[in-house]
Amino acid sequence: MIFNCLIAGIGGQGIVLASKLLAAAAMNQGFEVRTTETIGMAQRGGSVVSHIRMGTQVFSPLIPKGKADIIIGFDPTEAVRQLSYLSQKGSLITYDGAADMMEYIETSIPGGVIISGESLKEKYSRMLNVALLGAATQSGIFPFDEKALLDVISEMPRYREENIEAFEIGKKLYHG
Amino acid sequence: MSKKLLMGNEAIAFGALRAGVSVVTGYPGTPSSEILDTVAKNNDGSVYVEWSVNEKAALEVAAGAAYAGARVLVTMKQVGLNASSDPLMCLNYIGVKGGMVIVVADDPGPISSQTEQDTRHFAKYAKLSLFDPSTPEEAYTMIADAFEHSEKYGQPVLFRPTTRVCHSCASIDILDDLPKKQAEGFIKDEKWVIFPRLSYNNHIKIQEDLLKMREDFSNYDKNLLTGSGKKGIAVGGVSYSYTLEALESLDINHKLLKVTTFPFPDKLALEFLTGLDEVLVVEELDPVIEEDLVRLCGLHNLNVKIKGQNTRNTPIAGEFTPESVEAAICKFFEEEIGESRNLKNTPNSSFLTPNSKAPPEIPGRAPSLCIGCPHRASFSAVKNATQGISAVYTGDIGCYTLGNTLGMVDTCLCMGAGITIAQGLHRIEPDTVHFAFIGDSTFFHSGITGIVNAVYNQSDIIVVILDNSTTAMTGGQPHPGTGVTMMGNVTEKIDIGNVVEALNITKLFRVDPFKAREARQAVTDAMALKGVRVIIFESPCIML
Repeated sequence: MIFNCLIAGIGGQGIVLASKLLAAAAMNQGFEVRTTETIGMAQRGGSVVSHIRMGTQVFSPLIPKGKADIIIGFDPTEAVRQLSYLSQKGSLITYDGAADMMEYIETSIPGGVIISGESLKEKYSRMLNVALLGAATQSGIFPFDEKALLDVISEMPRYREENIEAFEIGKKLYHG
Repeated sequence: MSKKLLMGNEAIAFGALRAGVSVVTGYPGTPSSEILDTVAKNNDGSVYVEWSVNEKAALEVAAGAAYAGARVLVTMKQVGLNASSDPLMCLNYIGVKGGMVIVVADDPGPISSQTEQDTRHFAKYAKLSLFDPSTPEEAYTMIADAFEHSEKYGQPVLFRPTTRVCHSCASIDILDDLPKKQAEGFIKDEKWVIFPRLSYNNHIKIQEDLLKMREDFSNYDKNLLTGSGKKGIAVGGVSYSYTLEALESLDINHKLLKVTTFPFPDKLALEFLTGLDEVLVVEELDPVIEEDLVRLCGLHNLNVKIKGQNTRNTPIAGEFTPESVEAAICKFFEEEIGESRNLKNTPNSSFLTPNSKAPPEIPGRAPSLCIGCPHRASFSAVKNATQGISAVYTGDIGCYTLGNTLGMVDTCLCMGAGITIAQGLHRIEPDTVHFAFIGDSTFFHSGITGIVNAVYNQSDIIVVILDNSTTAMTGGQPHPGTGVTMMGNVTEKIDIGNVVEALNITKLFRVDPFKAREARQAVTDAMALKGVRVIIFESPCIML
């Protein structure tokens, strides 16, 4: 078994932390985990992509194209940019953004879901990463349940309560 | 034993701590910077850690400590090795007492570097051994092997991870610390003084040692030989993981050789070559394993076809991916795949197929200076003051290289080169105003000599120092101008203005770039003068 998750967004959105939380949850479930992301010059306001792979045995840190089970987009344009990684049966969950990209996702990707909510623009804007993880758990395709992820979030040293709230908000927004 | 998710660079740091390292020096550079940061964060006080002023200083400080018998680690990116090649090339002739591991991170792509140079060549050139980990977990234990090897031969050792090892995370079994040896101290001896006669004698010893190392590495447990058949794959570095990924979906008889060390493990490789018709070599950057295999085939009169970069069977530039490696392997096994049709995974499993609806055009998102970055204000001041004037802007290495998007970087070569290139340009076009931009950390790294050169040789340039009080691009490391060290001590803050004034420049201007009118006036005033003029734009990085 191998499960591949790709997170796409822009530098400074908390993508690295989101991938660490997913990796920690997977490790707690006994999976072997590999992740990799862009750091450095490319990070300055550029596209940031994180690959998270978990399974009984994982070789490459990079997900092969067409093998991502889910793409979590912090921005729909960035999610669509990585579409060649998505498997045919894969899910795509993204925060809102450019209208043409959202329309494309909604009309052309069977597993595509847009997450949008005022609270994510205001009170929980800094916890967008955790909210999107909450939403992604509702797709039901992770090899662990939402509690595994919530346990890891509950161990965060800072903004623990707010992050748990953001996680719950994300879950609700998934269902519309 | 516990399991931890560690980034490759963290694994290298923890591996070095486990191996009893006492001194760690380096200069920041992607993708290597987190190694030294991690040692500093996890230091119980028993390890001396410093960001040195540049890679040459880092290597020499560490060499001194190794002369005294301590285990030392030096960290840098591949181009940093160019800046420290003088001590590196000599150090092998002198040797070390304590284990010395020089971590040099290569950057296939390149993702954030000027070159795609391959440090494995540097190891050959400097006649040094090199360890090349393929995963973070391998790097974690390999560091201890590298220290042991260094002490066995009394030679520094290079350790070369690439970006995908440095910046990928893996679940790693954390092992107990190894017993730490006390440094014996420096013992005076003629052997520490390099002279032609000593170099000649030591050159002979180095060549003999290199042969012994080939033997050692043929028995090294991280060099692997598996499988059987008429076709073989030889692989090094992160490509090993892409190769395993590709081979998993094929069911084809093959031999596999994984090489993690140089000098090349000849005996093991000969065992691999024996009985083969064809070999595919999968390695990023340069065809190093490939050419060693060709050498062995020539030496031993073996009729084995070696395919790789030289035969254009694998990409000759850029970062490898699971896809590019899979494509090369599928082509190599074309006949076998054709016969058995045992490709378990169809290559067209992607969501995007020729039949699916194409997405809207995706705008590019190139990296750029942060909103609110003081460099934007500095560039704007110079741009406005030079409207309608013939001006050339030489750039340097740092966040401010991204000033190219503002039309404010006409040249960029290597650390410190902007100031000296401006001098050369001005010799040919004296009617043009030449501005040389440099950051604060780069100024200390290798900018000062350029200004000395300009003053001494009566050059006519304007040096613009963008002082944002940190080494921003690599994550905010301290430098001599910040007044703090990696040991957490408050230290003498070296004032850039005082340094340049002591060099007898024509005039110094210090200004906050966000005071737009004053900033522009300083540029105008500087242009009215001749000689070496220096403007320091002082405003802290917004990430601080």
